[in-house]
Amino acid sequence: MSEVGTQAGKAWRARVFERPAFGVWRGRAGVFLAAIVLPLSVAILYEIAFRLGLVEARLLPPPSRILATLAELAAGGELWTHVTATLLRVLSGFLIGAAGGTLLGALTGSSQAVRRLLDPTIQALRAIPSLAWVPLFILWLGIFESSKIALIAVGVSFPVYLGVMGAIGNVDRKIVEVGRIFRLSRVQLARRILLPAILPEYVTALRSGLGLGFMFVVAAEIMGASEGLGFLLVDGQQLGKPEQILAAIIAFAILGKAVDFVLLLLFHPLLRWQDSFSRSVEPSREA
Amino acid sequence: MLVIDRLSKIYPNGVHALADLSLRITPGEIIAIVGGSGCGKTTLLRLAAGLESPSAGGVSIDDEQVWAPHPAIGLVFQEPRLLPWLTVGGNIAFGLDHLGEDEKQRRLREALARVGIAGYENRWPRELSGGQAQRVSILRALIAGPKVLLLDEPFSALDALTRANLHGHLLDLWRAYRPTLVMVTHDVDEAVLLADRVLVMQPHPGRLFAEVPIELKRPRDPLSEDFTAAKRQILAALGRATH
Repeated sequence: MSEVGTQAGKAWRARVFERPAFGVWRGRAGVFLAAIVLPLSVAILYEIAFRLGLVEARLLPPPSRILATLAELAAGGELWTHVTATLLRVLSGFLIGAAGGTLLGALTGSSQAVRRLLDPTIQALRAIPSLAWVPLFILWLGIFESSKIALIAVGVSFPVYLGVMGAIGNVDRKIVEVGRIFRLSRVQLARRILLPAILPEYVTALRSGLGLGFMFVVAAEIMGASEGLGFLLVDGQQLGKPEQILAAIIAFAILGKAVDFVLLLLFHPLLRWQDSFSRSVEPSREA
Repeated sequence: MLVIDRLSKIYPNGVHALADLSLRITPGEIIAIVGGSGCGKTTLLRLAAGLESPSAGGVSIDDEQVWAPHPAIGLVFQEPRLLPWLTVGGNIAFGLDHLGEDEKQRRLREALARVGIAGYENRWPRELSGGQAQRVSILRALIAGPKVLLLDEPFSALDALTRANLHGHLLDLWRAYRPTLVMVTHDVDEAVLLADRVLVMQPHPGRLFAEVPIELKRPRDPLSEDFTAAKRQILAALGRATH
């Protein structure tokens, strides 16, 4: 494609999407509305089809029944037991994994000697699918909480490790030189230049680690748990209750999004300076 | 007094960047260094700033040898190199940790007002224009009160109008703080406009070729005959230096 073509495309998009009709999608509420239009219409259409008797709902229950199941689980207090169990596992695994990944990444990122020594081994370990550790963890740590948390921690640690090591490598040498001109000691250089410089990439790494944490908590809970959202999934399958499976899936989605948002919120005061970051948290600002 | 004594630099890759350069700069003097690319101008500044160590010879300030970055010597880079996570105020006060908060704020406000960006202390660097960012960068280097300020083509990335504006600000700051200024530039007009002495360097290896004193009174008029004559003299030296 020539540049002219691309520009014409841009102009076309500008004409079509910046028209007043699309003004609805602007502002914070507009962005939210735009995001839920598709899933909401699908849900409503399916509900109507179900009410009209057009679909057989044995395997895919209508939204109303899924919501009712969620409400029922919430009212009975069961939902909170499961959410708490899952959340505790994810958070403990995340904290351990993120701490380990951060420490190793900081070491290999700041010293070439340490990187040559440790990184090949860590990369080799990373190549092992994390689920392959499960039998070993169960043998070592038993079938209860420890082995689950260990699995989650392993899954979380790799993206955090890679993120920290890469972020340190990406710090602009020119900015480090500013620190040298001001005669910062090694500790001051780390605190006043390196730490703030790597923070944006670090938060991204933590977020992908958290995502993997949720992936592995499901795996761990499916393989054997008596509570937790993953247990709810397996239980729904065994009892032939698809609405319970879907309710658990929705709970997972909400929980994952909420925890990610809290993480973002915690770091927000430190990242206010960043252009792209403010945009992703406050999408409506320049509208 | 900044003394550069038989300074040489040979990089590990064999490039002979600087050969046997000697120079004495009196306090408060403005020096401009011009020369073609590869004549060691930037190397000279980096050595004087203590960012690199010489292969032979040395730099001293008031009889004190410079081995590493020195509190009496500031450096302004070609790009502003502001820390994006600090506000304008935070950037300028970066080297003022030893001062109390009140004194810091007072100096900050005074400095910002002096270069025409009063009230900018809480802006982020990304909100600044190129000229504003370079002003902040100059203040950051000057506010701690170095005796010598080294400037490495500080205005080369700016448009002509902004550059003229910043020349004025730099001279104002010089009158206020009276530092020695050593500026590398590739703009002969800039050199004649600002400097007391213009040094012409010669490449391969980098060394001093000629020295042109500029004895015009400030403010200088770029259209005057004396200005043009000084310019012609420097351009001629530059021509001979690169032959």
